[in-house]
This record gives sequence, structure tokens and C-alpha cells, in this order.
Amino acid sequence: MHRLLLIGAALCLVACPVTGEAQDLRVPASVIAGDDATISTAGSGKATFYLLGPGVSRKSEVNLGEEIRLRGQELRNAGDYLVLVCTETCHSGTFYVIAAKPASFAFLVHPSRVPVGLGDAVSGVAFPFDQFHNLVLAPVTVTFQLTAGDKSLFSKQVRTQNGVAWFRTASGKSAGLLQVVASLDDLSAKRAVQQVASDPCNLRITGQRIPNGILVQTEPVHDCAGNVVPDGTIVTFSATEANGKSTVDAPIKQGIARAQIEASGATVVSVASGVVMGNELRMEAKP
Amino acid sequence: MKFILPIILVVATAALMVLGLFVGGQAHGTIGIAAGSAVYTPQASTPEQALKNLLVDVQRRNWDRALTDVSKSSITDKQAFIQDWTGSNGSLRSFSSLEGFESRPLHITSDEAQMRVRLHWATPVGPLEDVRDFHLIREGDLWKTVLPKIQVPSVPAQVIPVTYLRWDLVSGGGADEWGSKNVDAPHVRIISMNAVDSAEGALVMGEVVNEDTVPAFVNVNATLLDGAGSTIDDETSFDKINHILLPKQVSPYRIDFPNISLKNVKSVRMDQKATLVPASADPVIGVMNQKIESDLQGKSVLHGDLFNQSGQTVNISHVIVSFYDNNAKVVWVADGYEDRALLPQSSEPFAVEIPKSVAPKVQNFHVVVDQYSLGRS
Repeated sequence: MHRLLLIGAALCLVACPVTGEAQDLRVPASVIAGDDATISTAGSGKATFYLLGPGVSRKSEVNLGEEIRLRGQELRNAGDYLVLVCTETCHSGTFYVIAAKPASFAFLVHPSRVPVGLGDAVSGVAFPFDQFHNLVLAPVTVTFQLTAGDKSLFSKQVRTQNGVAWFRTASGKSAGLLQVVASLDDLSAKRAVQQVASDPCNLRITGQRIPNGILVQTEPVHDCAGNVVPDGTIVTFSATEANGKSTVDAPIKQGIARAQIEASGATVVSVASGVVMGNELRMEAKP
Repeated sequence: MKFILPIILVVATAALMVLGLFVGGQAHGTIGIAAGSAVYTPQASTPEQALKNLLVDVQRRNWDRALTDVSKSSITDKQAFIQDWTGSNGSLRSFSSLEGFESRPLHITSDEAQMRVRLHWATPVGPLEDVRDFHLIREGDLWKTVLPKIQVPSVPAQVIPVTYLRWDLVSGGGADEWGSKNVDAPHVRIISMNAVDSAEGALVMGEVVNEDTVPAFVNVNATLLDGAGSTIDDETSFDKINHILLPKQVSPYRIDFPNISLKNVKSVRMDQKATLVPASADPVIGVMNQKIESDLQGKSVLHGDLFNQSGQTVNISHVIVSFYDNNAKVVWVADGYEDRALLPQSSEPFAVEIPKSVAPKVQNFHVVVDQYSLGRS
């Protein structure tokens, strides 16, 4: 139906001589989405009226010289609208429907998980929409606030440009939940970013001989900001002795990684986690 | 007229079967059933025939008759013998079958012989080869195989405390706006890459690290590009990688491009894909006593023992090794499957072969172990 009307209106525009004088058809320059609007016509007699817009098409009979009422329901979608009034000739006019005031907004924050102390690591973007889900292109002010625990890390007011407001900032110093709030008038949206410990720092091991080898373990593993490296992080222990090498990939449990290595001779034990190396431990041969 | 063709087919089939039997019987040097023509000879008058009898019976799982091929001086029992060949505890061997074998004498006198057998196994992870040496002796007119004492692994009853550590994954609801509440994929990075030519084709290998604090399922892909930027071929690391990487874990990867030479390749595009998956930090498998030695055939082999430090049985272990040159560059990545289960607190040996062309360059190596345990993801 919508397609037929579009074709009909297009044919009419091509076939009918369009005079299009402004005094014959007066349309508003712009209308707020969802608001009623009126179009003034001149002359007398019956005419056919067409309304074509984003997702809308209507054909109706109107009396020339009377105002044509456009209901707010027809003008929900922001964008360009075309009106045609046809008798023997057609007159046309256009107007623009702009988004209403913001009623909601989409808020995206990236990433969901970030190591602490990383520059420009957290970004967020907000898109305000009116009640009809039109992107609000008129500049509005969005306030972004980042808090970790009770501590405010970042607060910034940003005017939207072409319907978008965004921020970018460094992650905090402490592992834990980072709350990111975007607010616009009485609207707000909340997102959470998990700040996690960075790479281990000052990885140190201690060891002791046990009857069947060596028991080595790390001291509590922290990153350079003092955050505890999460459990499950793999720590690789390597024990090198004269007749071979032994390695164990052990996960950190309760802050400490521990491994049992079979070695009886003089042994050098080293430790690494990812691309970070720790200290070396030299152990004498088993007496 | 209509019976002529079937008759010809039947005659031709019978003729081929007879021919096949004779041709198989005349084979020298290599014996076994690689061609599917093994025939059991009740009176084994040669060491080759005695060993062949044993292996044919093992292949057919005819255990009682197989034990008649074994010398009475062998220190083994039927149960241990069966378990040695069929595997246990859900190991890779228990899902495998002996597809064929080739044997060759190492040393033969009038009374005893030393034979080396290359066993070809069909397994769920592809064909695997195993080399075993057998000792045979002559008992009267017959040759018999002497089996060493077979150590059936057993573990004493014990309680092993484990601080259970695992990651579960909760998917977000479908109502999220633009997926704004989803959890990001793990951050994984390729830390080294080396492309080389080999006899089989081009190889791309290196190492990849999970830099994140969550486990990742990782796949590494490589695309070979020619001078015009067109794709020559693209492949993935398939099973030459430890797919599930725990936080900060490093895995070797190798991508094979069969029948492609690097001289036609202008550049290589690398791409790693990481997905968030549930995972467990247990079991921990230590790799002990690693050393590179030459085997009896003169090949360089990395030997070691896998030590299961946890309290659960590891059914199938997969060893992946990256070998480095003196500049810490990855010059080779090799892997191997352990066909015996790793019982709790016990060890099993492993061996990974290093190609002759690479062996002189190898200065260091890094072994990682992937594992599969029945009933666990």
C-alpha cells in the first residue's frame, strides 16, 4: 500500500504540472516529532492530499481553502516529509520533523574488563533518543561520572555533537568495580567496568627441599600498584639441573602459586608469569 | 549371456585373493599387516614369524593365543598383558586400535633375537606411531617373545585436598541494548611468529599468550599473501596449540601449509581469535626431567615425564613443545599425545621427536600440556 502511494505520488509529480507556489500551500518549516501540525491551502473545491514521510504515507480528500490537520501520530519519525495537494495541477511542500526532547539514551562503555593504570583505556558513548526512538540531533549536555567504591575518579560534562557524546579516560589504580554513570536531565544509565590487576610485579619465589624434590612457591603475587593478581593466573616454574629441566604451569590459588618439582641435584629455579620474569633461586644438591 | 559377467567377476575376485595371499607370503624385510595380508603360522620357526604371530593376535585381541606366543620366562600375567595393549582408565590407547606394524631385526643369533617394531595405531586424534623393541628366544624348535614385567600403574588410597578453582560463564540477557552489558572477549596476543619452509611445505609457528584475567579459547589463523596481496592459502593451528589458555598462560602454535613454498609468499597475515569459555585451573601437570637425547636411531628426541599433581585422572594428555634457537626465536613446534592415562600423583614418560634439520639449532625449549579428562569440560 505504502509503495503504491509512493509510486502514485511520484507519477503525479512527473505527470502533473507542479506549480508549487508558496502562497497556494503553506507548510511549517519544522515540526517536533509527535506534535500536531497544520497546512494551509488556498482556493476552493475538492483536492487530493498526499503525505509522504519516513515510514508514513497517506492519501485523503481535502477541501481547498481549509487547513489540513496532521496528527502527531503521523509525525513520529524524524526526517523530511513531502506534502502534495492535487486538483488538475499539483502543489507541493516539504517540512522537517525534528526529534522531541530526550526520553532515553543508549549508553555503551568499553571495555567490560580493564587492567588498572592503563591510559585511555575506558571509553563511553551516549546517544540520546526521544520517546519515538529518534536520535536527538540538537545539542544536549550529558554528564559522565566514574566512581570506584566511594571515590570519584572522573566527571565530565559533554555536549552532544550530531547526537553523540563520548569520553575516554585512564583506568583507575585499584582493582574492583568501576561504576560509569551517564546522566542527562533526569535520565541516567549505569554501567560497570571490572578493573583487574595488571601484570605481576616483583615476582618472587622461595623454595625448600622435600623428600621427593623441591617445593617452590611464590610470595603473594601483586601488580605494580599493589593489587592482588587474580587466582587462576598461571605462574610457570622452571627448574634446571645438570641432567635436565622440569617445568610446572601452576595457577595462583589464594594469592600464591605453588609447585612440586622433581629435582635432586643442584638446581636453579626460575619463575615467570606471561611475559614477566621473576627471581632465580639456587638450591644445593640433596645431601 | 546374463550370467557371464557375474561369473567373470567371481573368478577375477578369487584369482586376486589367491594372488594377494602369495604376494604377501613372499614379502621380505618388512613383515606385518600394513598391506592387510597377515597370516598366522602356528609353528614359528623364525623370530620374525614369532613376533608377527604375537602382534597379529594382539591386533585381533585373541589374548589366549597371544599368550602362547610368549615365553614362559616372561614375568607378566594375562591381565597386565591385556591392559598394556588395550589401555585403561579412559586413556587414548583404550580408544585406539593397532592398525599395522613393521618389524626389523636389530640383532639375531641362533638362540635369541632383538627386534624393533614400528606400531601403527588408529586413534581418535589421528594415526600415531609407536616404536618398541622386543626380545625373542628359541625354546626348542619354536621362537617365543620374552615380555618384560609390565608395570600396571596403581595409586594408593589417599585424600588430596584441592582448592577448587574454575571460571563459569553467565551469558547476558537478550534485552541488552546493542549488547551494552556483554562481557568482552579475552585479550590474547601473539608474542612471536616465524615462517619457515620445510620438506612438507611452509610452516608458520610461534607463541601466543593470554594477557587477560579470564580463560580464553584460542585459535590462531595465518593467511599467506602473494605480491599482489591475493590470498594463496589460509589455515588454522588446529591441534598444534593449547586451545584453552588460562590467564597469563603461553602456548606454542604451528600452522602447516602443505605443498606451499615460502618463495611465492610476500607476506603473512596473522589473526588470533579468542572466546570466553568456562574452564578449570585443575589439574596441574608438571613436566619433569626434560632433556634432549639421541635415540637408538640417531634422532634427536625430547624426553620427559608428565607428573599429574592433582587428585583426578587425566585420560589424555597432549604435549606441545616450542623449540628456540640461541636468539630465543621459535624454530620448531612439535606435539605428541600420551597414550596412557595419568593417574593422580603419578608420572608417565613422553617423547617428542625433533627433525634433523632443526636439531642443531635448538638451544632451549618450552613444554606445555593440554589435557582431556572424561566427564569434565
